[in-house]
Amino acid sequence: MALTRREFLKTSIAASTAATVGMPLSKAAEAAVKQAEAGWQWDKSVCRFCGTGCGIMVATEGGRIVATKGDPDAPVNRGLNCVKGYFNGKILYGKDRLTQPLLRMTNGKFDKKGKFQPISWEQAMDILEEKIRWALKEKGPNGISIFGSGQYTIHEGYAAAKLMKAGFRSNNLDPNARHCMASAVAAFMQTFGIDEPQGNYDDIEHTDTAVLWGANMAEMHPILWSRITNRRLTHKNMKVVNLSTYGNMSSDIADIEIIFAPSGDLAIQNFIAREIIRRNAVDWDFVNKHTVFATGPYDIGYGFRPANVEKFASAAEMETFKNEKVRVLDKYEAIGQRRKPGEVVEQKNAATPGKDWAISFEDFKAALEPYTLDYTAEVAKGDPDEPMEQFKAKLQALADLYCEKGRKIVSYWTMGFNQHQRGTWVNEQCYMNHLLTGRQSKPGNGAFSLTGQPSACGTAREVGTFAHRLPADMVVDNKKHRDIAEKIWKLPTNTINPKIGSHYVKIMRDLEDGQILFSWTQVNNPWQNTANANHWIKAAREMNNFIVVSDAYPGVSAKVADLILPAAMINEKWGAYGNAERRTQVWRQQVMPPGQARPDLWMMLELSKRFKIKEVWGEQPMPGLKAEGFPDNKLPSVLDEAVKMGYSPDSTLYEVLFATPENKKVKWPDPVAKGHPNITADLLKDGWFPEKALFEEYRKFGSGKAHDLAPFDVYHHDKVRGLRWPVVEKDGKWVETPWRNNEQYDPYVKKGAGFEFYGNNGKTLVMGNLDAPGDGSKKVDISGKAKIYFRPYASPVEKPDANWDLWLCTGRVLEHWHSGTMTRRVPELHRAVPAAVCWMHPKDAEARGLKRNDLVWVESRRGKVKVRIETGGRNRVPRGLVYVPWFDEGVLINKVTLDSTCPISKETDYKKCAVKVYKA
Amino acid sequence: MSDKSVKRRDFLVKLAQGSALAATAGTLWAYMVKQEVRAHPYALRPPGALAEHDFNALCIKCGQCVNACPYDTLKLAGAGGDIPIGTPFFKPREIPCYLCPDIPCLKACPTGALSPKLKNINDSRMGLAVIDLEHCLSWKGLRCEICHRECPLKGKAIVLETHPRGISKHAMFFPIVNSDYCTGCGICEKACPTSEPAIRILPHQMVQGKIGEHYRLGWTFETEITQEFKPAAPSAPPAPAEVPKQAPGMDYLNEGGL
Amino acid sequence: MSGMPQYSRADALASIEKLRRRAWPARFWSWRYIVLRRLSQFGILLLFFGTAHWGWQAAKDVPVLTGNLSASEFMGWFPMADPFAVLQIFLTGHLLQPEVILGAAIVLGFYLLVGGRVYCAWVCPVNLVTDLAGWLRQRLPIPALFALSRNLRYLVLAAALVLSAITGVAAFEWVSPIGMMHREIIFGFGLGFLALSAIFLFDLLILKNGWCGHLCPLGAFYGVVGRTALIRVRFDKASCTHCGECARVCPEPQVLNLKKLEEVGLVASGECSNCGRCTALCPEDSLNFDLRPLIRKHHEARAGGQV
Repeated sequence: MALTRREFLKTSIAASTAATVGMPLSKAAEAAVKQAEAGWQWDKSVCRFCGTGCGIMVATEGGRIVATKGDPDAPVNRGLNCVKGYFNGKILYGKDRLTQPLLRMTNGKFDKKGKFQPISWEQAMDILEEKIRWALKEKGPNGISIFGSGQYTIHEGYAAAKLMKAGFRSNNLDPNARHCMASAVAAFMQTFGIDEPQGNYDDIEHTDTAVLWGANMAEMHPILWSRITNRRLTHKNMKVVNLSTYGNMSSDIADIEIIFAPSGDLAIQNFIAREIIRRNAVDWDFVNKHTVFATGPYDIGYGFRPANVEKFASAAEMETFKNEKVRVLDKYEAIGQRRKPGEVVEQKNAATPGKDWAISFEDFKAALEPYTLDYTAEVAKGDPDEPMEQFKAKLQALADLYCEKGRKIVSYWTMGFNQHQRGTWVNEQCYMNHLLTGRQSKPGNGAFSLTGQPSACGTAREVGTFAHRLPADMVVDNKKHRDIAEKIWKLPTNTINPKIGSHYVKIMRDLEDGQILFSWTQVNNPWQNTANANHWIKAAREMNNFIVVSDAYPGVSAKVADLILPAAMINEKWGAYGNAERRTQVWRQQVMPPGQARPDLWMMLELSKRFKIKEVWGEQPMPGLKAEGFPDNKLPSVLDEAVKMGYSPDSTLYEVLFATPENKKVKWPDPVAKGHPNITADLLKDGWFPEKALFEEYRKFGSGKAHDLAPFDVYHHDKVRGLRWPVVEKDGKWVETPWRNNEQYDPYVKKGAGFEFYGNNGKTLVMGNLDAPGDGSKKVDISGKAKIYFRPYASPVEKPDANWDLWLCTGRVLEHWHSGTMTRRVPELHRAVPAAVCWMHPKDAEARGLKRNDLVWVESRRGKVKVRIETGGRNRVPRGLVYVPWFDEGVLINKVTLDSTCPISKETDYKKCAVKVYKA
Repeated sequence: MSDKSVKRRDFLVKLAQGSALAATAGTLWAYMVKQEVRAHPYALRPPGALAEHDFNALCIKCGQCVNACPYDTLKLAGAGGDIPIGTPFFKPREIPCYLCPDIPCLKACPTGALSPKLKNINDSRMGLAVIDLEHCLSWKGLRCEICHRECPLKGKAIVLETHPRGISKHAMFFPIVNSDYCTGCGICEKACPTSEPAIRILPHQMVQGKIGEHYRLGWTFETEITQEFKPAAPSAPPAPAEVPKQAPGMDYLNEGGL
Repeated sequence: MSGMPQYSRADALASIEKLRRRAWPARFWSWRYIVLRRLSQFGILLLFFGTAHWGWQAAKDVPVLTGNLSASEFMGWFPMADPFAVLQIFLTGHLLQPEVILGAAIVLGFYLLVGGRVYCAWVCPVNLVTDLAGWLRQRLPIPALFALSRNLRYLVLAAALVLSAITGVAAFEWVSPIGMMHREIIFGFGLGFLALSAIFLFDLLILKNGWCGHLCPLGAFYGVVGRTALIRVRFDKASCTHCGECARVCPEPQVLNLKKLEEVGLVASGECSNCGRCTALCPEDSLNFDLRPLIRKHHEARAGGQV
């Protein structure tokens, strides 16, 4: 969007015509303002929205938040906010805030087909208890589930994980972070053996290059973008590259904008790697010392329902779903996977997509050979109107940057990579290029995964609210990990269920199957955020199940629920979030929630009082369970051992999991509160400080395991603005770690090693070739090493054809956050962007007889929505692609999207499916 | 006095009285009309509207543009309001013009007060967006720029200029209106999230200055500079003329005192 | 004057008596034009209002009647415009679109045929207000405050045209209470009702038929237009008893000048609005709507019969 010089000058003229019409305040008026603010009490808090984690200051007076400001001391944002952050104070006060439990009833009794009626908390807890009991009785621990969240506070996430995994022995707890960060997590775990970025936001001020891979930072991470822009303005070497499937605002300051075809990023990454090797730009010292080459199977399916699919899918849907079993390779994937076009590939590894093995550098190099400039350009060019030569030149220029010795590069990505049918692969490819050139874990160098939610890292990932995880990167299907967790949690051996639970999309499918009978949604909006939503809405409303939704505002999920629990929001409870750079930040409760709204933590704790261990720790059915030390298909009774440990069979889960003798030593009130209230403690009335006690308990998981956190009170210190873990005590001070795996900064790296990817310490990898793992005889020790994966190009599972002739990409806009339950309650934000629109190329519109502002149907094999066409504005989509944001429940675009997931991470691809658009 | 002359005198008196009445009433009427026409210099008109004076003359006040507007943007001014009576206008903060590509309001206009010369809605000039730099969130450094993103001519009518912030390592993104492209649709004014909009649409004549015709900016390239002098037809030297009584400068020169 | 029939006072009184004593059905029947006129006035308003507010359409994307009396479009293609307004705009020196000129020509042509002031009695919304004032005034003992020439309106008409040329804007359109009333009914309220109240009070308390009969330049314009109209009220002097009831109900009684009527056999003045009050009321059936050429034939036939 380069302005011509003349235009630029013209704008300067216009700027000078922009009169400043400020009216000076009189002395008296100024004094009145000061007087009015005299009673305000300021305290530090965190922005409620994205994963950037801006610090804010909150002013309260008379039990109400009266103002907020950017926290000038917060290193992330230095007093600034984006326009969502500007409205932090207003999100609490929407007109339709939920303040009373609501239950579908007819004649005073629960009725799935009834209308919502207000009930008391006592009644709400009664029905909650009754329905959990019913689901447990019918289906065992697999019959219940929780949709958790990356917006959980750390305490809430931790309590949910403990309640489900230790209490109900169910792993059916999965956060909406599954839709958001799962691919990044899977790639971190596969590559480094430990989750989350090595670097931090300070990389921006150190780097020479920001490469954006499917991250429209200008809108989605506005404050970080202002740091990148600042670097671009003040550092003459700085280059910005924006890779995306459509033109967006991040291109405005980009030196190179590359519009690639959906999934073309897989080819581009390999092209860069090929160029790095071809041009001898490999940092051999780094590669030899710290990495190992690896690969995995290609025939891993597309994350569709593995079985039973015909029962639920329409004939049109089956056209896409059939690829889950067999895939006919197209021309490009055949070349990229060294096969023949039209070859029929049975997706044999759909159940074991994460399998991997080591390969030699020669194999690695050979695998990259097909990714020539010509091939890559042909596969990846996303704008049909761009000349091929220009596109090639851009790819070359991008490769030049990676091959330039001494150039520092940070790659940023968000949903473009993560919401990808090969999301884990493409994340790993990004590490591939950084590791090949030794550009990882160094200031200004690194592949950095941005997060979309305020505590995707702090809660969903670090606490482990995933179906397969335990706190501190541990997993349920690892005996050692379970032992550690059971020890910290003081549980009998084998209490924790070793079978990985249902991931987010699978919980939906299980509800449709009738396998899960009870579902509780906390701090998110599953029925708006899950792809192919028509299925799940129908399952929730028409199956014999019980849907509970805790929310602050009535959204789509509340509408499909049977029981709605009014939830307290940020600043109405104590909390802590962890942002994308591993920074843990906290806030105190500032105001009381309105009406009967209560914190999620209280709801879980209160519910736990109603279950005794003899009801949940006895023998439980667990179909499909096969694990060392467990009878097949069963969770054994651990009651006897529990009694030996001193528990009574009549002990409640509340006493065993939460209000433990140790936790009850953490007393409320506590001086750290400085007079702030704690509604959770006040409602529990037993004198302990749940948030602090649970945080201290949770700390035990990470301590000494490179996940160390500082004590609760340290974070609440007036001078502290969050700390980046691992936070290690050194000379009586708690010291954060800016760059991990780097000896200079990370206390966990062995002295003299320079770099150490200690997440893989003690692990080995079978040596194989490009097509298969070897016989297992030759193993490679990968201690301290990161894996450089070869991952091939794979075409999207559903591509536009004659009937469904356009790509659909979905995403966000700056003004609204996620499903809009909060931001759409802010009148100003709603006025600014009242409805979602469908961005379309003017020529595509013209070809369909459409013009700007026309109402159209966007229809896929799965569903359709009505939306207005926009041919200008903030996004410039290429011909052949339309973009619809998902914040607007009036344009429930997830009825249209495809529920294909990355088979490894189980994260849905919201970025590509085939649709048609026609006049409504 | 003869009968005839009495009649004649009566007639003249009546004529004078009648003329006086007509003149008084007519003046009053004309004054009312002029007052009304001038009622509100801030009135924003539908796309294609002629210059305010011509628009007021041609608009027949039929409201067909109002009927044609699919967004209820346009209203007809009622009597006694501050917009010239009966004419169409819009208030962007309430409902802006959404720039229909087929311009239905203009097509509905029977008189040409909305000029059919406007073919492309993006060429309409309903007004000009003006930013109050003092109260604009973006000019304060916040990442707002809603006006820029919501602008249907984003990147043309409203551009972003980036500047280092100085006090931290965060750039500032200044929205700047470009009068070459701004249609005055007012979507920015509607969208502006501040309590009172920090960007507003005003009629061009209220905000736009003008550089003197005698000067051209030295760094723009609108006219080609040529150094080849093309002499005009040779002009004759002035013919001798009578000596005048007065010549410029005399008044000052002959004034007493120094 | 010798050819004139002689009228007896007794005949006239008998006629009045006949009128007073008419049976209810006849009484109702005599209201037929007022009912039709109200239907016409309200119907036109309703069509405009329904199109503007309820999106009335004749077919998909074909609105029934958009705009208002100043200019409108029927069924999405048939243009109409107020010729007086167009004339004023023309005098401001601005070039008009052909559409509005065609619309004005259509309307002008229509009134040339049916009688210019048919607009006043059958279309104009202000007529509703002035009729009400007139009706009340007939029933209340309100003496005339002063007399004004009914020709004043022609002066106003001339002034409107001159002022349009001088001020550069359509002078009457900017103050017209007719426009105000119509627009505010269709497009929402302003202070136009104050102007209407003023007209109502003026007509009721100050001058009988003050606005429509003395001041309104639009009525004057249509009065000029209507001079040669095809539809006229025919006068049969043979049956007339000079009872004067027609003139009593007529808002423009000067048009019922008996001398003139007897001379031409029809209401010739363009100021007649064809409201039909006199024809419905005449106890002797001496006044009837008819077409101008037929009236001549009618009288010729009558005259022939007598001879």
